[in-house]
Amino acid sequence: MVNIKINGQPIQSEPGSTILQAAKEHGVQIPTLCYHKDLNPTGNCRMCVVEVKGGRFLQAACVTPVWEGMEIETASQKVMKDRKLTLELMLANHPQDCLICDAAGECELQDLAYEYKVEVPAWGAKGTRYPADGDPNPFIRVDMNKCILCRRCESACAEIQVRDVWGVSKRGFSEVMVAGAGVPMLEARCESCGQCVAYCPTGALSNKMNYGVARAHQVKQVTTTCSYCGVGCQFDLLVKDNKVIGAQSNLNAPVNGMALCVKGRYGYDYIHHPDRLVKPRVRRYLLEGKKSDIRDTIVEDQKSKVELSNIESPWDWVETEWDKALDIVAKKFAETRAKFGADALGFLTSAKCLNEENYLMNKLARQVIGTNNIDHCARL
Amino acid sequence: MDDLAKHAQAFFIIGSNTTEQHPVFGTMIRRAVRFRGAKLVVADPRKIDITEFATLHLRQRPGTDIPLLNGLMHIILEKGWQDQSFIDERTEGFEEFKATVMQYPPDKVAEITGVPVDQLYEAAEIIASSKPTAVLWAMGITQHIVGVRNVMTLANLQMLLGNMGKPGGGVNPLRGQNNVQGACDMGGLPNVFPAYQPVTSSEAIEKFAKAWGLDHRPQTTDDGRSSIVNGLSSNVGLTVTEMIPGILDGRIKSLYILGEDPVMSDPDTNHIRHCLESIDFLVLQEIFPSETSAYADVLLPGVSFAEKTGTFTNTERRVQMVRKAIEPIGNAKPDWWITAEIAKRVISDQLSVTSDQLSVNSDQSSVVSERKIDMDAPWAKWDYKNTSEIMNEINALAPSYGGITHARLEAGERLQWPCPSPDHPGTPILHTKQFTRGKGKFMPIDHVPPAERPDNDFPMVMSTGRVLYHWHGGQMTRRSQGIMQVYDEALVEVNPDDAVKIGINGKTRVRITSRRGSIEAKAWVTDRVPPGMVYANFHFPEASANELTHASLDPVSKIPEYKVTAVKVELA
Repeated sequence: MVNIKINGQPIQSEPGSTILQAAKEHGVQIPTLCYHKDLNPTGNCRMCVVEVKGGRFLQAACVTPVWEGMEIETASQKVMKDRKLTLELMLANHPQDCLICDAAGECELQDLAYEYKVEVPAWGAKGTRYPADGDPNPFIRVDMNKCILCRRCESACAEIQVRDVWGVSKRGFSEVMVAGAGVPMLEARCESCGQCVAYCPTGALSNKMNYGVARAHQVKQVTTTCSYCGVGCQFDLLVKDNKVIGAQSNLNAPVNGMALCVKGRYGYDYIHHPDRLVKPRVRRYLLEGKKSDIRDTIVEDQKSKVELSNIESPWDWVETEWDKALDIVAKKFAETRAKFGADALGFLTSAKCLNEENYLMNKLARQVIGTNNIDHCARL
Repeated sequence: MDDLAKHAQAFFIIGSNTTEQHPVFGTMIRRAVRFRGAKLVVADPRKIDITEFATLHLRQRPGTDIPLLNGLMHIILEKGWQDQSFIDERTEGFEEFKATVMQYPPDKVAEITGVPVDQLYEAAEIIASSKPTAVLWAMGITQHIVGVRNVMTLANLQMLLGNMGKPGGGVNPLRGQNNVQGACDMGGLPNVFPAYQPVTSSEAIEKFAKAWGLDHRPQTTDDGRSSIVNGLSSNVGLTVTEMIPGILDGRIKSLYILGEDPVMSDPDTNHIRHCLESIDFLVLQEIFPSETSAYADVLLPGVSFAEKTGTFTNTERRVQMVRKAIEPIGNAKPDWWITAEIAKRVISDQLSVTSDQLSVNSDQSSVVSERKIDMDAPWAKWDYKNTSEIMNEINALAPSYGGITHARLEAGERLQWPCPSPDHPGTPILHTKQFTRGKGKFMPIDHVPPAERPDNDFPMVMSTGRVLYHWHGGQMTRRSQGIMQVYDEALVEVNPDDAVKIGINGKTRVRITSRRGSIEAKAWVTDRVPPGMVYANFHFPEASANELTHASLDPVSKIPEYKVTAVKVELA
C-alpha cells in the first residue's frame, strides 16, 4: 500500500491507483468532465486538477498515479480558481441556451457551472459556429456548438463499440469532433448504437427521437430487459404521461453495462404506433353464429384485408368486448376438443413473451386441453 | 458472455453474424480482440462485419460445415494437438469418431468446402493452440437439414480440445429471440414439460398430473390420436413446422398463436398461406395486425414488453426482470391475463358442452368432452393476480427455476439457472465437472449435402437472415420511424461478378425465383457474398425471402434449411 495525504488526512491507497480513485475510495469528491469510469482517462478537460505538494503545476487527478508520501489538496484556493477559469473558458465558447437545451437538468457542464458559480464571460465568443442539428443520422442529434472537446464520444466509440467513428479535426479554437473524415455519421460507418450520446456530458450529442419532449425531472425511469435479441441487455425506459419516450443506458446492467444497440436504444417507438390493436376483434360470422365453413369462400379474395370495414361481409372484423371474444375462443377450443380430440388443437407460444406467459401456454395446452402440440419460433 | 469476453483466448465463430444479430455481444468480442489480443477465426460464406476483426476468415461453401469441421479435427489429430487427458477422463466413443474424422483429409476438405488447405492448417493451429477457444454459433449452424449433426460436430471439436466446462471455452449457441431460452425452459416445446422434463416420462406425467389436478396414469393411444380424458398425453406433440402443414391433412383444426407471424417467419410462404386458409379456427394474440392476421378468426390485443411485469431468460440462462413502464394501450391486456381467462373459460365450457353438439361426430366414440380437473390440486387453479404468483408455480414445478423468484430478482440478485433452491446462487457455467449424461460422447458424423442444390434452372444459392436494423418478421422495426429512415426496403446482396453476369448496372431491382415463389427487391452489389450466392432477409412482406425458402427439415430438430435455397436471379 502507498501512504498519501489528501487534504491533510493520511490515507492508504493501492499502488498504481490514480489520485481520483484514491480520493473516491475515501469519500473525497473531485469534479470531472472528460473522465468516465468505463473509459480510459484522457486527462484533457482539466476539471479534476488538484494541488500536489512540490509540484510546479496542478495535476489532473484522473491520470496522475499516487506515490509514497504524496500530499494532495483537492479544494485549495488555487485549485478552485483554476477549475473556475477552466469552466469560464468552456462557457466562453458555448451557447447560452440552457433554457431550451435538451440536456438541461442532466448536463454535467451546467451542474459544474452552478456549483462553481460561473457565468458566461462578457468576453466570450459571440454567435454559433456549427449548425445546431448538424448530422442527418435519424437517431442522434449533433450540435457541435455545445461540445467541450472532452472526447468521451471518441473513447466510447473506440473502446465500447469498437467502431472508431468519432475523431478530432483541426487545431486550437477550430478544433472539432468529426465523424470519419468530416462526413455524416452513417457514412463514417456509424452503427447508430448511441453510445456516444450516452457518454456525452453536455447537449452536444442528444437523441433526436425525444428531443424537446421532456426534462429529466419530468420523466419516470423504469429498469427493464430488452425485447429484441437473446443477449438480455437491460436499460431504463423513460416514461412521461404513460408514454415511453426513450431508452437510456443503466450503469448497473449486468450483461451490457452502458452498451446498447440501435434496436434496443432506438427501436422502442413501435410501442405507441397507431397500428396497435387496442380492442379484441372477431370475424362477423362468429357473432352471427354461422358455421365456420364460410371462410372457404371468402378467405381467398380478402386475405390481405386486416382493416375494419363498413361493407358487411361475414369475414369482416368487428370489434367486441373482452368477455365476448374470450367466450367465443373458449367455446371453439372446447368444441374442437370435443369433436376431434385434444390433438386437433395446436398452440404456438412466443419467444417474445414472458417466462410466466410461456408457462401458462404450456399449462393451457397440457392441463386444460390435454395435448403436447405446443411449440414456438425457436426453429425459425 | 462476460466470462467469454474475459477469458477466451480465441473465438471460433461459425454460423453467427454476431455484430448484427447480437450487437452488444458482438462489441464484447471486438473488445476482446482489440484490447486483449484474443484471436478470432470466422467461418462464414459471407464477409460479415465481424470478419474485419478476424485473424482468419474461412469462406466455406454453404452447407459444408461438417466437412470443414471434420477437416480441422483431422489436422488437430494429425498434429497431436488434442487434449488426450480430457478425452480419456471425460469422454467416450473417441476411436469410432476418430475413424470417421480420418476420412476427411485436408485435400478432400478443401475440395468440398472451397477453403484452401493452408487456411485449414492455420485455422486448426489457432483454434488448437489457444487455451481455451470459445465456439460461438447461431442459426447458420442449425438452419440446415444437418443442423443437429452440425451442433454435434462442434461439440466433438470442443471435447477433442478439452475446451468444455471451462471459463472462456465451451460451445455457445447465441439464442435469437429475447426469450427463446425461456420459452424452451417453460415447456413451450412439444416433447417436454417445463425444465425439460420429458412428456414421455411416467414420473414427469405423474408429477404434473398431481400438481394440475389430473388423472396421473399415462395415457397413450396407438393411432397417435389422443383419446385421453382426464390425464396428460404422453405422445410427443407436433412442432411448428409440422403443425401448420398438419392443417391440410386435417390433424390440426384450431390454432392459438401467441405473438408469432408464421406467414413471415416460416419457410415457403405460399404453402403456409395455403395451410392457414384451410384452418377451422385461428386465434391470434398480437400487438399489431400482422401478415398472419388476415387468416385469423379472432384477434386478441396483447401488450408490448413495456406494459407488463415478469421475466425473460437470456442466451446464457440469466433470468431478468421485465418491468411494467406504462399502462396497456387502449383496451389491450397483458398476455398472461388473456391466456388465463381463456383457460378458465375452457375449463367451465368443457363441463357444459351439450350432447347434441357432439352428435355431429357421434361415430367417434373415443372422443369425450368432459375433462375432470381437480381444482383443489396444488397448482390446478388459474386465478393469478400477477406474474409473481405464476413464478411461484414455476418454482414448484421446474427444478432448475426452483429458487428464482421475483423477490430475489427485485432485491438485485443476479441468477442464472440451474438455481434449484431459494438459497442457491445460480450457475454461470455448465458441465464444469461432468456432462449431463456423465461422460461426453463423441459422435462420428459424416457430410450430407444440402437438400436443395443449385442446378441449371436455379444456378445460385440463397441464404437468409436478418440485418442489424431490423428484427425478424419486421412487425416492430418496420414501425420504428428512425430505423425505417436508415433501412426502408429489402436489399438482396449480390456479388459483383454475378452482377455483371445478370446485367446489373449500379443499384437496381432484381427478381429472385426459387421452385416455390418469386420476389423482387433492390440488389446490393457487394463482395460480402461470394460469387454464386445471394443473401436475402425476411423483414419486408413485399420482398420476403421466405416466399422462396423450402420446408426441408432437420430430422431431429425439425428446423428448416433456410441457409441453402437454389434460386435464379434476373433483372426485374
